[in-house]
Formats: sequence, structure tokens, C-alpha cells
Amino acid sequence: MSEPLAALEAVGLGKRYGRRWGLEDCSLRLPTGRVAALVGPNGAGKSTLLRMAAGITRPSAGEVRVFGQSPQDQTIEVLRQIGYLDQERPLYSSFRVGEMLRFGRRLNPGWDDSVARAYLSELGIPTDAKVGKLSIGQQAQVALTMCLAKRPALLLLDEPVAALDPVAREGLMHVLLRSVVDDNTTVLLSSHALSDLATVCDYVIILSESRVHVADDLDYVLASHRLLVASSQEAPEIPPGVVHISTTRSQRQTDVIVRVEQPVTDPAWRVLEPTLEEIVLAYLREQGPRTPTMSPGAHGEAGGTAR
Amino acid sequence: MEPEAPLISFRLDPRTGVAPYRQLVDQVRQAVSLGMLRAGDRLPSVREVVTQITINPNTVHRAYRDLEHEGVVEGRPGLGTFVIASSPSPMTSEERQVLLDELRHWVIRARHSGLDAEGVAALMAAAVRTEDPAPR
Repeated sequence: MSEPLAALEAVGLGKRYGRRWGLEDCSLRLPTGRVAALVGPNGAGKSTLLRMAAGITRPSAGEVRVFGQSPQDQTIEVLRQIGYLDQERPLYSSFRVGEMLRFGRRLNPGWDDSVARAYLSELGIPTDAKVGKLSIGQQAQVALTMCLAKRPALLLLDEPVAALDPVAREGLMHVLLRSVVDDNTTVLLSSHALSDLATVCDYVIILSESRVHVADDLDYVLASHRLLVASSQEAPEIPPGVVHISTTRSQRQTDVIVRVEQPVTDPAWRVLEPTLEEIVLAYLREQGPRTPTMSPGAHGEAGGTAR
Repeated sequence: MEPEAPLISFRLDPRTGVAPYRQLVDQVRQAVSLGMLRAGDRLPSVREVVTQITINPNTVHRAYRDLEHEGVVEGRPGLGTFVIASSPSPMTSEERQVLLDELRHWVIRARHSGLDAEGVAALMAAAVRTEDPAPR
């Protein structure tokens, strides 16, 4: 079966900073048309992954491909297809918004000025305003507008909603989602505001300690994890055939997040469906070598480590 | 261009644990059974929905597809998604009142046993979940 071209594909991708790996052995395959959430604590390697995909940082190991092309070797072709928004949102504060647009038009052959102007007028941002005089929220919207006006096939957004108030955050998300509808854009955005993303994303990548723990469809991620609850006094054994992710124990109650391939029927446990937030937290809590790695297509073997 | 405002607005409740696409399906069904949407009415376009609420467009597509399978709506290429069923299981206002009264009695009993509003909601959600023929 020949698979359609992935928007983003990484195989054994790694980046070393001196002796430390910023990202290690990262393999994932993001299909076209998805909105993917890249989640993990600060320093987990989220920005490193995005920067390598954008061709800004060169990998130390493995490779990354954007629509089948290497951002390092075919930079121009890849750059044309991606919109990358850095965490720092580099804008020129002394420029007027209109000047930023002219700047963008000159640098980008695929630039669509009508898209940019439509978004700005809808957002109520005048083109004669000085960028430095805009609110943080408006600056973020201008920066995203600059990305969207390229009509990119892949948007790489590093913490696009951090530091935004809820209204600005919502406005930005709506602009982003509309471009997904209009242009079938694939989006990969990093964030630690997970609650915002649960309804927005349909693909989840969980990074911690420089490693990918999960990279899969949201539906699959939700369907393949269970929250097992039992009384702490009884503390039953973790049922066989599941992969243990994390345990939290209070005086009376023990909660265990596990990865499952078959339904858990052990009557000693109450079996619940965890939320995305609970699943992500479980992976982030339980770091280090104990955590089994879940990579696409190669699901880990059963039999977890009950503690 | 879509000059007119959509007929209904969706909302998402992140606390219910109900999958977002299911929440949309339920809201359309509810609007139909309450008579807020009638046969021939156009559902908000996916583009309109992602401007109303922060939701993945594929989730909206999926909800509309499910509604189509359930015979509630029909997609007309290039035009949109339209309601075809008026009130698939029509409930009279008396029937609704009877159910509501029964529920009120139950809530009063639950309150007397010391449950607060959250506890009531949690029990209710648990009951709905175990009775739901097709979870997720």
C-alpha cells in the first residue's frame, strides 16, 4: 500500500547541543490536513523540532522531510510551502503594518495580499498602525497573518498563543482554523496550554526529555489509553496486557494511566476513559527510562512495569 | 461570502467528557427536536462553525457526516448541509414536563441525602454514560 505524502516526516531525527540532546531519535509522520498539537514541558525539544522542520536548524542525526523534501537541502522549495512562526514573533516595531505586508510580498513569491488585508480588516488592525504600538495580541495576529498570506501548505507555529489573553487567543485560533478550512493547511503548533488544544487538534505529539512518547491521531490516543481506579488499600495488580504509563496514589485511591490494546475487564479496577489532558500529564509525570515509548506503527510490547 | 448570521450557535463544554463531535451532533438533534431547526434549514458551514467556537474543522465534518447517516441532515454539494428531518422523535411539551418533574423529585431526594450540585451532575453523567447505547 503506497501511503500519501506526509506533510512532515521525521526518521531518527536528533539535535545535539554540545553534550546534551535537544531532541533525540524522533520519528513521526504527520499526514496532510491535520491540526497537530506538539505538547511537552519547556526544554522538551518542541522548538528544536519545529526549527529543524523549518530548515533553520540542521539535524545532528536522522532526517526530516516536509512534503517529501528536505528543508536543509531544498530550502527554497520547502520554505515556499511552510509558514513558520517563531516563539519570539520577529516583527519590526518601527514598521507600519502595511510596510510589513509589502516586505512580506517582496520576500514571498506566493504572497496573497488579499488574504492579509481581509484578515487584518476583520481583526480591526489598521494597516497604517505602527507595529510597536499594537497590543501583544494584535502583534501575534499580524505575525500569524504574515504567515497565512504566504498560503503555506504547512504551518509551524511555536507557542502562538502564549502570552495572549483569552479573547486574543480565541481570535487567533479562529483565523488559523479558517485557513485550515479554506486552504486545507496542515498545522503543527506547540503549546503548553493544553486545554485550548483539546478541541482544536486531531493529532497529538507528546514530547518530554527530548523524546517523542506519542505521535498519533487524537482518536487513537484517546481510544488506546485507560484510567484505572482502585482503592489504595486493595491496590490490585496492574492487569496483564497493558502498558503502564503513570500511577498517582492518594491515601484512599490509586489512579493508573495505562496504554491498552484490548479492553480491560479486570473487576478489581474501575475503568474510565481519560481526557487528553490526563494522558499528556501521565506521560510528562513519568519521565525517564521507565516510560515506554510509543511510536507510530511500532506499538510497544505489552506488559508494563507496575510499581 | 456568507452575509447572514448562522441559524444556530454551537457551544462546547470541555468538562462533560463527551467527545466534541458528539456534542455538536447532540446540539443539532436537540435543536431539531425543540423545533429550533426545521426541515430545509441550513446548518452553519464548517467555516462559520470554526469562527463561532474553537474547534477542529474535521470534527465538524465528522459531526455533520454522522447527522447525515442518522437521517437528520443532508449535504448538498456546493450549497451546504440542510436539515431534512423535523423532530425525528417528537416529544410533546407534556411528555417533557413529566420527565422534568420526575427528575426534579430525584434531585430533591439526592439533595436530602447530602449531595451538592456537582455530586448530582456527576451521578447524572455516570447514569447517562452507562445508559448510552453508543459511547463515543
